[in-house]
Amino acid sequence: MRTDLGEQGAPNRAAKKPSNAIEVRGLTRVFGELRAVDGIDLSIKHGELFSLLGPNGAGKTTTIKMLCCLLRPTSGTAEIMGHEIQADPLAVKHVIAISPQETALADHLNAWDNLSLMAGLHGMDKATIRRTSEELLEMMGLADRSKEQVRKFSGGMKRRLSIAMALVSKPQVLFLDEPTLGLDPQSRSAIWDYIAKLKGETTILHTTHYLEEADALADRIGVIDHGQVVALGTSAELKASISDVPVTVVEAKGLNDEAVAALVEIYPNVKVIDGGVEIEGEDVSLYAIEDCLRPMGVVIDSTFKRHVTLDDVFLELTGKQLRE
Amino acid sequence: MELAKRNFKEVLRDPVSLSIAIVLPVALLVILAGVGSGIGADNAPYLTATILTPGVALFGFVMLMFSAAMILSRDRETSLLSRLLTTPIRPSDFVAGYSLPFLGIAAIQAIALFVIGGFLGLEIQGSIGLVVFVMFLMSILYIGLGMILGSLLTVKQVSGGYTVILMLTIFGGAWFDLRDIGGAFLSVAKALPFLHALDASRGVMADGANLNVIATDLYWVIGYTVVTVFLAVMAFRRRMVE
Repeated sequence: MRTDLGEQGAPNRAAKKPSNAIEVRGLTRVFGELRAVDGIDLSIKHGELFSLLGPNGAGKTTTIKMLCCLLRPTSGTAEIMGHEIQADPLAVKHVIAISPQETALADHLNAWDNLSLMAGLHGMDKATIRRTSEELLEMMGLADRSKEQVRKFSGGMKRRLSIAMALVSKPQVLFLDEPTLGLDPQSRSAIWDYIAKLKGETTILHTTHYLEEADALADRIGVIDHGQVVALGTSAELKASISDVPVTVVEAKGLNDEAVAALVEIYPNVKVIDGGVEIEGEDVSLYAIEDCLRPMGVVIDSTFKRHVTLDDVFLELTGKQLRE
Repeated sequence: MELAKRNFKEVLRDPVSLSIAIVLPVALLVILAGVGSGIGADNAPYLTATILTPGVALFGFVMLMFSAAMILSRDRETSLLSRLLTTPIRPSDFVAGYSLPFLGIAAIQAIALFVIGGFLGLEIQGSIGLVVFVMFLMSILYIGLGMILGSLLTVKQVSGGYTVILMLTIFGGAWFDLRDIGGAFLSVAKALPFLHALDASRGVMADGANLNVIATDLYWVIGYTVVTVFLAVMAFRRRMVE
């Protein structure tokens, strides 16, 4: 990781490396009656990939906009690589880059010009711009389309270019706001691969409302709801905070109250779900379930075991499921 | 200057914007002057190259105002502006980045019109410097208006704002004699800078008027330009950190 800003002609104000890359204290933003972000505290380590997970309107983008100096906090402070966002926004802007939720490209320019624009605004010299752009276009699989106007690109290509535009200035801190929003599974997994490659090198604050994305990528996850961080930890810690007991899912037809009551007599933690039941417990026997339900006319379609997911965590913490 | 370069490229690569900006005003000048010469200068004194060229130049500036407003408004809507605002460049560089390319194109446009006008019989009796000065101020004023529209309006609304400014420019006497119409039209036009800019440049070109003669008109133009630039910078800065 680079600690000297001098390379890009920026003032060398970060000579003393701060203990955390991002330090947020009581960050709040109020819009009229709405407390969009409500006293958030966060410490994100150097090289960490931190996911802010929450439903639409939870305050994720507002938080990122404040950290990128695009939105003034109502109260609270935040430091990026030791630079306070309100006191020294220019120094903050030297070390950050963002890939916004919208792809945010210059449509009439080609991919190469889009990258050059961003690198140029960061004061990089021509030779470095050329080398870095070539590397990024190659890495993002856009090298053969680099001279085409980007408005002709597919959604997935635009996303990849958007991330490349954030990487071209070699930021120390990278903000990725919903980087895979609206993409097909194949493009999403390709972008996950690119993001995973950056881990450890660049500090990344990533927002998503895809649980599996946070689960797959993040070193730590902050669950955010109504502008507040309601849980913080690694994926495993968050899951363990609820329960580490496995869940047996039984999908069946003809399940009635009587059949469920019979099951509860054997296993006390039975939850009725759409099209079946979930049974929480260590030693749940599939044979015992079948012996209990079959005589009552229930047809079992399938049974499988699963461990606690982030979805369960989210449901437990916020009382709702994440919306797509 | 990266931003200025990009905006310049964006206009050049958008054939519609470019043809609107350069080809349309030139074609308009040629057509109107052609009609004028068919009717004869005595019957249509307003359709001579000398009188038409400054009016058509303002029409061209309105087109550029539209392009400037559209680029800025679109950049806001696509969040490209947000992305650009997270780079370490100063507010003044942003304002320059969104205005200088259009001032450059305005200069090319005005030169093209005055050169073509020359072939069509345009004369400048007084100081060329004064005409250039008035045109320069007006190009700044229109680009400033573009910055205001682009900062405040959505892409769809920009067309509405453009239509208003276009109408005000035409009814400032771009290619007819407003004094023949008089009344409320004239009163409104006198309170706006467009008629004053046209009167000043036409006075210098057709009658050889000097600075003293056009001073009042010039004050109107300078006043409006200064206020517009101030408001444009304010509107833009409001968008920088919300």
